[in-house]
Amino acid sequence: MAKPRVFDVTTLPGFTFIAILAFVLLYAPIITLVIYSFNGGDSVNQWGGFSLEWYAVAAKNEAVQDATARSLIIAVWASVISTTVATMAALGTTRRGKFTGQTMIYVIINQPLMVPEIVTAVALLIFFSSVKVATGYTGLGYLILAHSAFCIPFAYLPIKARLEGMDTAMETAAADLYATPWQTFRYVTLPLLLPGVIAGAMLAFIISLDNVIITEFVKSAGQDTLPTYMLGQLRRALTPEVNAISTALLALTVLILTVFVFVTKKRD
Amino acid sequence: MSRRKTRRSKGLDGWLLSAPALILLVLAASGPLLIVALYSFLEKGDYSGVRWILSGEGWFRVLFERDIFDQTVSLADANLSIFWRSVKLSIATTIITFGFGLPTAWFIATRPAKSRAFWLFLITIPFWTNLLIRTFAIMEVIRNQGILNTFLMHFNLISEPIQILYTDTAVLIGMTYVYLPLMVLPLYAAIDRFDFRLIEAGYDLYASRWQVLRGVILPIIKPGIIAGSILVFIPSLGAYVTPRVLGGGKNMMIGNFIELQFGQGQNWPLGAALSTVLLLVVLVSLIIYTRASSRDDSNG
Amino acid sequence: MLSAGAQRKLKAAAGEIDVNTDIAIDARNVGKIYGAGASAVTALGDVSISIEKGEFFTLLGPSGCGKTTLLRCIAGFETPTSGSIHLSGTDITYDPPYQRPVNTVFQSYALFPHLTVAQNVGFGLKMRGASAADVAKAVDRVLALVKLEDFANRLPQQLSGGQQQRVALARALAPEPQVLLLDEPLSALDLKLRKEMQSELKRLQSETGITFVFVTHDQEEALTMSDRIGVMSAGALLQVGTPHDIYDRPVNRFVADFIGETNFLDATVEGNQVRIGTGDLLAVPLQGETGAVTLAIRPEQVSVTSAQTGISGKITEAIYMGTDTHYTITLKDGSPLVARIQSKSSGAFDVGDTVGIAIDAQAVQVLKS
Repeated sequence: MAKPRVFDVTTLPGFTFIAILAFVLLYAPIITLVIYSFNGGDSVNQWGGFSLEWYAVAAKNEAVQDATARSLIIAVWASVISTTVATMAALGTTRRGKFTGQTMIYVIINQPLMVPEIVTAVALLIFFSSVKVATGYTGLGYLILAHSAFCIPFAYLPIKARLEGMDTAMETAAADLYATPWQTFRYVTLPLLLPGVIAGAMLAFIISLDNVIITEFVKSAGQDTLPTYMLGQLRRALTPEVNAISTALLALTVLILTVFVFVTKKRD
Repeated sequence: MSRRKTRRSKGLDGWLLSAPALILLVLAASGPLLIVALYSFLEKGDYSGVRWILSGEGWFRVLFERDIFDQTVSLADANLSIFWRSVKLSIATTIITFGFGLPTAWFIATRPAKSRAFWLFLITIPFWTNLLIRTFAIMEVIRNQGILNTFLMHFNLISEPIQILYTDTAVLIGMTYVYLPLMVLPLYAAIDRFDFRLIEAGYDLYASRWQVLRGVILPIIKPGIIAGSILVFIPSLGAYVTPRVLGGGKNMMIGNFIELQFGQGQNWPLGAALSTVLLLVVLVSLIIYTRASSRDDSNG
Repeated sequence: MLSAGAQRKLKAAAGEIDVNTDIAIDARNVGKIYGAGASAVTALGDVSISIEKGEFFTLLGPSGCGKTTLLRCIAGFETPTSGSIHLSGTDITYDPPYQRPVNTVFQSYALFPHLTVAQNVGFGLKMRGASAADVAKAVDRVLALVKLEDFANRLPQQLSGGQQQRVALARALAPEPQVLLLDEPLSALDLKLRKEMQSELKRLQSETGITFVFVTHDQEEALTMSDRIGVMSAGALLQVGTPHDIYDRPVNRFVADFIGETNFLDATVEGNQVRIGTGDLLAVPLQGETGAVTLAIRPEQVSVTSAQTGISGKITEAIYMGTDTHYTITLKDGSPLVARIQSKSSGAFDVGDTVGIAIDAQAVQVLKS
């Protein structure tokens, strides 16, 4: 017996099927990667039982240790620097009406989102190689500088969104209650802005941690980060070790994103 | 304290507060792009780098090549096939991601308010996950001893593995996979703002489901479609990691070709010229996008 | 009997008001123009006003009349484009808001969502550098004043609208400002709560003795609460006076129309009387007006009788409003006249009745046409 069909204006033929298929196709490869990172045995083609063996191998590998430390150092610096300057820029470009050159500022800030990464990478390679020759300095500074720059738009967007959602009446009320501009910032604007700043810093951290192309072009010899190390290890198939590192990075990303969702949700 | 001063300081404060970010960006992002443009007009150095002599050779070599012996000029077929592959794969990626992206975005936007955040989160995880890791993941699926071939062989659907890895198909599958979230998110943003009563109005006026989709939904969410297409097309055209991992050495795209000029090819001016071309294509796409979306605004 | 306003005028004439000690706010020729050139908008045009210490002063007018702009100029959130503002004799026109001993109760309350009620109330004193002990003492005192002692550790979003309103009041009162500015603070409350807060505000004002400058578009609110009212329209101050002054002796048609309901009848002066459109003569108080004038007649100054002597007309509409009934009477010449009659009074009239009309001629205001 045929069920009476309820007419729902929001359904379109086949859309739900394709959508579910898309989610399955998005997650199947990632889940496979995660499962195989727990594969015991040496063959990447055969399931050899559950094991944390490859995590142990990766953890003991000095190159992995170095790359991890380097990735974290760069990501911490880049997120601190980019979030600081992005917060200032967000304060400068919102809540004060339109001013000359505002669009120009937006374009420069969002530029890393628009230009293909390979082009920026090539540009930095050319620029930094001459600076390296001129100064003789080949340290991590170049990577930190490059990462800080391309992280700025990612830090800027959530901070700007938060500021635009904040009622300017708060600052007016503070000024009315004898708070100087600095006190107003310290006791009213900054506490209210904090979720946006934390969100921005987390996005910047993820973006820095994940970067491959620019890092690959800017790094000096022996300055591998985790992603460039993994790219360098690439053969016909993934080594189980790279699989394990990928899964660990993936877990870190999911963790940060979950915290991000909670931080941006709360107080609203 | 004068009135005049307080009013003028609005813009000045804006610039002063933005200055550190701008300096950082000009130093390590926008500024060096100009150096690239400059390098494209210099002469190639003996090993790498450039000689500071003006030359059009870099730009010449984008499209043409000279025979080593008799200096005859001919079109550089290898280069052209790389450009063609890049454009072809990028357009295909954009179309396929739209095919999957529209239903997916629609599906998320029509979930009840509570579970919508969850589905959106499911799209955001791949979006923020390392591109390299996602490319590795798809490689694990399509390689000869990967899940797909193993599965098909296990059920005797094929007798020997299909060679997908290191073909254009592999690059296309990979780019579709890694850039799908970039299509879904702007489409979702557009559909989320969509007033569903308009669909009711469409059905009320005797439109069929396909007519509603074509005549009502698609025109209204057009800005989202354009945004999604640009967001997928631009990184596809400049893709480097995905074609390198999945395409192997032979199936290069522009990104890999540029890298080659700064690596083994050691032709910086050519690499710089290619980068400039890529930059110009992106710039044109962005201008088309801005035009298209502002025209949409004026139509209301 | 002299009205409060007239008493003030006498005091001023006798030199009893000292501009420097008795005047809290003195705005002199204040103008505010937004934009420039062809797109310039005049929000305030040359407004002068003196508000006495300890006074409950209300700025009344329709939205967009400039009342809020004037308030924001006094608070320091806007800078006038011309003129000056003095607080107790000191020019504060260009002082930033945080240097003015003036506090504001905002229409939206603008409570800090990240601070508790106590921290909100203590904010002003803390910013001025008061010791923690002094802040705590002042917070306790002011919270007791607005009866919110038990809510000190709550966050603003955990309070009802009425309670948030009290916190906003307490926060503005805590630093003991010379002048308290209230920007339509009751507009977000429902009717019952609004009535409660009106008497609460009056009580607070008399208990603290602070000068209140209150902005509203609600004429009833202005009449019940204020010592004096300034009526504003289109950036200009039309009339300043006590509620009685404003209600009984409006200076022009706008004020008469805005404050309460008013009938306007065209008339011509003939000797010491005026002739209205029906041909009838009325002995209204004249002060040398000649020619065409407009009479402003309050509905309660019109009485209706069944005896058809004098002015007569036909009832075309009767609206029952509880205590009163409003009758619209069309006079012989076609002009409408509204009468407000107590509902319980004997002999109710029906639509279509022809009735006689008596106007309390001495209470009629004569306005120049």
